[in-house]
Amino acid sequence: MSEPTLLLKPLSPATTAARLWTPAGFVTDLWRLTADDAPFPIDGRAIVSLAHWRAEQPALLATGLAVGVLVEASDTLDPGTDNLERLRLIALNFPKFTDGRAYSTARRLREEFGYTGQIRATGDVLLDQLPLMLRSGFDAFEIVNAPTIAALERGIVPAVHHVYQRTVTRDASGWQPRTQR
Amino acid sequence: MYRYDEFDHHFVAERSTQFRGQVERRLSGELTEEQFKPLRLQNGLYLQLHAYMLRIAIPYGVLSARQMRQLAFIARKWDRGFGHFTTRQNIQFNWTRLEDAPDILDALAEVEMHAIQTSGNCIRNVTADPYAGVALDEIEDPRVWAEILRQWSTIHPEFTFLPRKFKIAITGAAEDRAAILFHDIGLKIVKGPGGKTGFRVYVGGGQGRTPYVGLPITEFIGRDRLLSFLEAIMRVYNLHGRRDNIYKARIKILVNALGLEEFRTQVEAEWGKLDKPSIDLPEVEQKRIAAYFAALPLKPAPTKDARIDARRRSDEGFDRWMRLNVLPHRVPGHAIVNISLKEPGKIPGDASAAQMEVVADLATRFGNDEIRVTYQQNLVLPNVALRDLDNVYDVLVKADLHTANTELITDIIACPGLDYCNLANARSIPIAQEIALKFADPVKAEAIGPLRLNISGCINACGHHHAGNIGILGVDKKGTEHYQITLGGSPKDDAEIGVIVGPSFTAEALPGAIGTIVETYLSRRTDKSETFVMAYRRLGKAPFRNALYGADAPRGPSDKKEPADV
Repeated sequence: MSEPTLLLKPLSPATTAARLWTPAGFVTDLWRLTADDAPFPIDGRAIVSLAHWRAEQPALLATGLAVGVLVEASDTLDPGTDNLERLRLIALNFPKFTDGRAYSTARRLREEFGYTGQIRATGDVLLDQLPLMLRSGFDAFEIVNAPTIAALERGIVPAVHHVYQRTVTRDASGWQPRTQR
Repeated sequence: MYRYDEFDHHFVAERSTQFRGQVERRLSGELTEEQFKPLRLQNGLYLQLHAYMLRIAIPYGVLSARQMRQLAFIARKWDRGFGHFTTRQNIQFNWTRLEDAPDILDALAEVEMHAIQTSGNCIRNVTADPYAGVALDEIEDPRVWAEILRQWSTIHPEFTFLPRKFKIAITGAAEDRAAILFHDIGLKIVKGPGGKTGFRVYVGGGQGRTPYVGLPITEFIGRDRLLSFLEAIMRVYNLHGRRDNIYKARIKILVNALGLEEFRTQVEAEWGKLDKPSIDLPEVEQKRIAAYFAALPLKPAPTKDARIDARRRSDEGFDRWMRLNVLPHRVPGHAIVNISLKEPGKIPGDASAAQMEVVADLATRFGNDEIRVTYQQNLVLPNVALRDLDNVYDVLVKADLHTANTELITDIIACPGLDYCNLANARSIPIAQEIALKFADPVKAEAIGPLRLNISGCINACGHHHAGNIGILGVDKKGTEHYQITLGGSPKDDAEIGVIVGPSFTAEALPGAIGTIVETYLSRRTDKSETFVMAYRRLGKAPFRNALYGADAPRGPSDKKEPADV
C-alpha cells in the first residue's frame, strides 16, 4: 500500500544495544543467545533455538544448567514433547511489531500449558505494544528501539488501566467490578 | 441505548490521552511514520490522497441526537462542513489535520464516542440490523450482543495485530439486513434446543478481490459461551492466517484453504482448552447491558390516521415517501423512517452539518432521541409516531432529505473512489451521481422496483459491488478508467456473488449500459412482483449479455465466475 508524501519526514528507526526491561524496571540480562553450533556455556543461562532444543534435549537437560528457548512467530510449541516445564525462559520473537502471533502463543503458554517461567519478548518490541504484551503473559522485554528505552527510563509506560478483558493478568475486566457493585 | 458508565468514560479518556501523546511523539519525530501508522490507524486516522481522514466509530450504527449534533459540530470546526457515512455504519471526515485529531477525539469522548479500531488489522466496528429493537420480524434485539462484542473486542490484547482487518455483523431478525454472510464472522440470533436463544455462527465471508459467502461453523452456540467460541476462532486465525500476502490474509482464505471441516476441528480443539469462565460474560452482566436496550415505553396507537391518509391522497410525493421509506414498527401506530442520503446527483452517504442537525432535531422532537446509520449509507429514525409522519416529512423536504428511494436503483452504495482514496483505480462518486441522475424520475425508479446497485472504485470492494444485484467495479485499463459490470449478487439471506456480464465499459458508456440492463429486465420480467434479482436468476446472464454486446459477441475469458484482477 503506497502512501502519498508525508507531512513529516520519517526518521530511520533508531536502534541501540539491547536492554532488558521488566515491570520492575531495567535489569541486567544474564542470559545469552547461543548459536546451534556454539558450545553450551559452562554457567548455563543460554537461549537456544527451538530446533536445537528439540534435537539436543537429553544432552542439554543432562548438564543440569538453566536453558531457555527462542521461539519464532511461526513455531508451534508442543506441550507433550517440548518439556516446557524444564525451560526457565521462553523468548517469543516479534519479526515485526505488526506480527501478532506471539500474543496468542504467550497466552497459550500461560493459560493452557501453565508455563510459569519467564516469557520474554524479543525482536521489534516497541513502547506502545508493551501493555498488550504484559496482558498476554510476557514479563520481560528485550528492547533495541532507542525512543522506547528513553521513554521507559523516564518512567513512561503507555498503560491503559481500564480494560474489558481478563486475559492472563486476570485484570479486573470491564464487567467484573461492575457486577460486584 | 447504551450509556457509558464511569468505567467506559475512564477508558475512552485514557485512550484519548494516550493518542495525544503518540501524536506528539510523531510530530517531534520520535516515532517514525512506520511506527506511528498502526497507532493512528487503530485510532481511525488514515492518510488519504489529499489529507488525513478520521473515521469515527458508531457502534452498530446507533446514535443519539446529542451525538449527531456533536458530529455536525466536528464537521464544521475541523472539516469542511460535511461528513460521510460508511458501509460499516460509521462516519468519516475526509479533510482533517493530524494536529487536530486529539482535540476531535476529546470532543467525541464528551458524547461517549471514539474512533478506536475503525481501521487497522483488528476487530472493527461491529455492525447490526439498523432496525434492531423495532423490526416486526425480530427474534431478539441484536444490539445487546453487539455492545457486548464491542466491549470484548475493544483493545483485546491478543487480537490487535491480526493478519488483517476483521469484521463482525449481527442480526436478530428473520430477514438479514446486515449482510452477515459477507463478514469475517456473521452472527444470527436463533432459537435453539428448549427454545433458548443463541447464535448461528458463519465464518469466512467477505468481499475484496476473492469474494466468499460465509459458511456455518456452528448451527447453535448458547449465549453463555459466545465470547469464548469467538475467541477460539480468533486465535486459530491469528496463529494460522497468512501474513505473507495482504491479499490472502483475511480469514476467508484460511477457511477456504483448510476447508470448513478442518477449520472447525481446529477451532473446537482450541475452544476445548480455553478457560471459558474467565472469558464468557456472567449472566448478571448480560442483564446489566441488556437493560440499556429495553424497549421504549411507546403507547400502541391506531394504525390509521385520518390526517396522514388525507395528505397521502393529496400529495403524491408524500405518498411515495410513505410507500418507500416508511416501514411498520413493532408497536402499532408507530413507524420506522428511512432518511435517504442518496438524493440523485449528490455524493452517496454524505451529509452536511446542517442536515445532521436537522436529523438530530427530528430525533429529539419526534424520534425518542434515536438515530441509526445503515450499512447502505442512509439514516433511520426508528421510533416515530404515525401521526407525526407528515411533520417529519415537511422538515426533511426543507433539508433535501426526503428522497424516496430506499432499496431502489438510486439507493447506491459507493466507495469514495479515486476522488479521495489512494487505493482506487477509478472514480466511484461521479459514476454513482450519473447513474442516479439517469434514474432520478421517482416514478421510473419505483416502477423498476427493488434493485441494489453497488459501486467500488477498486478490487478491494469497499462499495460492496460483489453483493450488488448490479455491481460496478472500477478498473484501470491502459491508464483509463473502465467499469466492469457484475449481475446477480445479493447481500441478503440468499447471498450470492455477482457474475461478470462481459467486457468493461468506459465511464461515458456506463450509464447507457446500466440503462440497457434495466430495460432488458423490464421487458423480460413476468410482472412487477418479479424483482430484478429474481428475474436474473430465472433468465441467467444471456439476455443481458446479448442486449449489451449483441447476440454474436464472443464469449471472452471474463465469463468466469470470479472477477479478474484487472
